[in-house]
Amino acid sequence: MDSAFLVQFAYLVSAVLFIFGIMRMSAAKTAVSGNAIAAVGMLVAVVATLLNRGVVSYTVIIAGIVVGSAIGLVMATRIQMTAMPQMVALLNGFGGIASLLVASAELLRGGATVGDGSVVVPVAIFLGILIGGITFTGSLIAFAKLQEVMSGAPITYPLQQVVNGAIFVTAIGSGVMIVQDPTNMTAFAVLLGTAGLLGVLSVIPIGGADMPVVISLLNSYSGLAACATGFVLGNGGLVIAGSLVGSAGLILTKIMCDAMNRSITNVLFGAFGAAGAASTAGATGGVDRPAVKGYTADDAAIVFNSAQSAIIVPGYGMAVAQAQHAVRELVDVLEAKGIKVRFAIHPVAGRMPGHMNVLLAEANVPYEKLIEMEQINSDFGETDVALVIGANDVVNPAAREDESSPIYGMPVLDVDYAQHVMVVKRSLNTGFAGIDNPLFYNENTMMLFGDAKGMASAMAEAISES
Amino acid sequence: MLADPAAALTIFVLSMFVGFFVIAKVPPLLHTPLMSGSNAISGITIVGAILAAGHADATTATWLGFAAIVFATINCVGGFLVTNRMLAMFAPKKKD
Repeated sequence: MDSAFLVQFAYLVSAVLFIFGIMRMSAAKTAVSGNAIAAVGMLVAVVATLLNRGVVSYTVIIAGIVVGSAIGLVMATRIQMTAMPQMVALLNGFGGIASLLVASAELLRGGATVGDGSVVVPVAIFLGILIGGITFTGSLIAFAKLQEVMSGAPITYPLQQVVNGAIFVTAIGSGVMIVQDPTNMTAFAVLLGTAGLLGVLSVIPIGGADMPVVISLLNSYSGLAACATGFVLGNGGLVIAGSLVGSAGLILTKIMCDAMNRSITNVLFGAFGAAGAASTAGATGGVDRPAVKGYTADDAAIVFNSAQSAIIVPGYGMAVAQAQHAVRELVDVLEAKGIKVRFAIHPVAGRMPGHMNVLLAEANVPYEKLIEMEQINSDFGETDVALVIGANDVVNPAAREDESSPIYGMPVLDVDYAQHVMVVKRSLNTGFAGIDNPLFYNENTMMLFGDAKGMASAMAEAISES
Repeated sequence: MLADPAAALTIFVLSMFVGFFVIAKVPPLLHTPLMSGSNAISGITIVGAILAAGHADATTATWLGFAAIVFATINCVGGFLVTNRMLAMFAPKKKD
């Protein structure tokens, strides 16, 4: 057995560890170990690579690993749970740029010219740079939107799709030139520029509420970029791990799209928020809405006094207000009164897949209380109080009833079927997507205007005093 | 190394299938950790980065490799650690 065989064998072991790791991540009880197993898989792959005969200079490598580990360690330990969507976006971007750099290094080293003259390596280099570049700049824009460095509103401009299409064709053209002549540095520069530009331009028109889709898709891209570098280097380990991540991201993307009853092309090219705002501005103007009365925490306490069951529906507003701990305290108070409390989690609540679950887990809400939409939706009819905290579109009955609504057909939580509905919201603003929500004007709805955290605390206090 | 591109393509397609089947079983409860965990796995590109940086000839490619190692390591280390932090919160704990 030669060392090359051992290295390949190690990659196989690491791929198996990745798969086992992900399998164990399908249940909360085994997930911690699953993640650890995947990390061991990574370690095996790295050690095997260091033993590769092609690797002779270790100083640069060790320095890079030390610097990267230190930064990763600090980021992972300092980050707040509410900032997790940004963190994931940023890490996706780093994966993308790393793949871009690997493919570029291989191109500059002349890796595309050696071998049997097959087009596989240059094509893979092209794809690695293209996908890596899109992942990197796209993730940075997603990060900026989530961190609120830039506005989360969709940015649109005239002929958007034509311009993007032209840039994409230019990128492909530069790729063809690189395949024909890997030493063509002009084509390389054009490719870098267009890839970066495509990432920026494809994420700026996407609104904050669609971020779960974008993050999932960028996650998939980061895997596919790694996969492309696997083809460049003829490395099976990279191909396997990269495609696992690629398929993970694609599945999440599909789940997120289904949860909004929209196609992926609609999310990517629809500039949903802008279009929705334009069409519903007229609609709301036409409908004469009754004046909405704001209720207080004390009013809510009176309703809870005669309640036996409650379902809490959290949304992005809970994350923004960092209200998860206050909400947990409210749950404790309600349970002390003998009220059965559960949470209804919409798949796209928040800014990334599973966002609400993470926040509530941080606040020590047992995960058995977090119920998926399909499981809990039929229970609203037998529930005394549905308490909506910072959610809007995911509880909008217009999605069920109003064919003219931009979100018609989107699966929503049927909170309006509950005996009483309480909505904690900062104001009556239509919110991000600009879609009118008839729920707020229903007879059985109490609007509780205020910050989610302040209102949850006030309610907990009022209920425990009553 | 895989000399045959067809072999790499076969691995790619089969791995995508494995990914679909394994990941479809993960419940929405754990979607965020799944994403950040798989994100960490995409840091596998560190393997390519090490190969790029490890060549004897110190060239531009070496420095690109160095930068790639830094980014990929942040991706791996940050990703696995933050996933661990999240999953620890989901782990069943005793009633307090």
